[in-house]
Amino acid sequence: MVKRIIVGAHYGLRDWLVQRVTAIYMALFTLVFAISLFWLGGFNYHNWAAFWACPATQFSGFLFVLSVIYHAWVGVRDIWMDYVKPDGLRLALHLVTLFLLIGYAGWAVRILWRL
Amino acid sequence: MSKRTVQFKIYRYDPDKDAAPYLQDISVELEASDKKLLDALVRLKAKDDSLSFRRSCREGVCGSDAMNINGKNGLACLTDVDSLAQPVTLRPLPGLPVIRDLIVDMTQFFKQYHSIKPYLINEDHPPERERLQSPEEREELNGLYECILCACCSTACPSFWWNPDKFVGPSGLLNAYRFIADTRDQATNERLDNLEDPYRLFRCHTIMNCVDVCPKSLNPTKAIGKIKDLMIRRAV
Repeated sequence: MVKRIIVGAHYGLRDWLVQRVTAIYMALFTLVFAISLFWLGGFNYHNWAAFWACPATQFSGFLFVLSVIYHAWVGVRDIWMDYVKPDGLRLALHLVTLFLLIGYAGWAVRILWRL
Repeated sequence: MSKRTVQFKIYRYDPDKDAAPYLQDISVELEASDKKLLDALVRLKAKDDSLSFRRSCREGVCGSDAMNINGKNGLACLTDVDSLAQPVTLRPLPGLPVIRDLIVDMTQFFKQYHSIKPYLINEDHPPERERLQSPEEREELNGLYECILCACCSTACPSFWWNPDKFVGPSGLLNAYRFIADTRDQATNERLDNLEDPYRLFRCHTIMNCVDVCPKSLNPTKAIGKIKDLMIRRAV
């Protein structure tokens, strides 16, 4: 294998930008979510289920789950990129991370939609 | 300042003789005229001529005598020896292979520097006199062109330690922006293409060690931010 500096995987900017945008969305959602909880009128299953049955909560909650997943994907992949040198091992770790995160996304949606 | 004795702990390693690097305890008497760390190193060299370090201009222009001084990268010729806590611990720049004592192999650092094409690219016919810039356009190059390539910043950067072969490093990126910002250069798009990569530019995690150590008080983090700004403006 020749040793060359290989450049041009053009997803650097996209992932960097998406990581920042998702961070802003997650911060805003957390704030609005925390404030909304005070309007529930008591923390019980009935109110909680009604809260998640609301289309606005489902819409913004789904976006929140996607944001967490994408944000975590870029962040965890950054760790593998920084510290894991062998390309094969790094690819394997990327795939494990990706599968886990996609699985978590489905799981989270299933829990919240099932209420 | 009168005569005084300064204690040192110096990283020593001669691959021909030593099985492993070690820290040598050594002291030296300084004359009243000795102000900078480099003056002390020259006195030490006179005392023990096996001590190896690079030096040239002795006034912060050539960038040869960059080293790790009490844990922080800097130039020996710009560092006041009396400002340092004793024993003064001197090590080679971190993250680069050691050739001998305080001398490191800078090949990887310069490979990254060359990879950003550190020269003006302009396909137009050269004018009879110089290519002109407005004072505002020229102003943008301040804080960029002054880089002396001493490698203090890149070797203080954890991202450069982990990926010196893929991450351009703060010095290389500062110089990349120096040519991106130059209105006389015509290769802006190619330069941005070359950096729009998860490793070359985006390994920078804004740790800002580069800004902390730069002996010329330059700000590579700011230059990196401006490169990202241009990429965003180009993409959206």
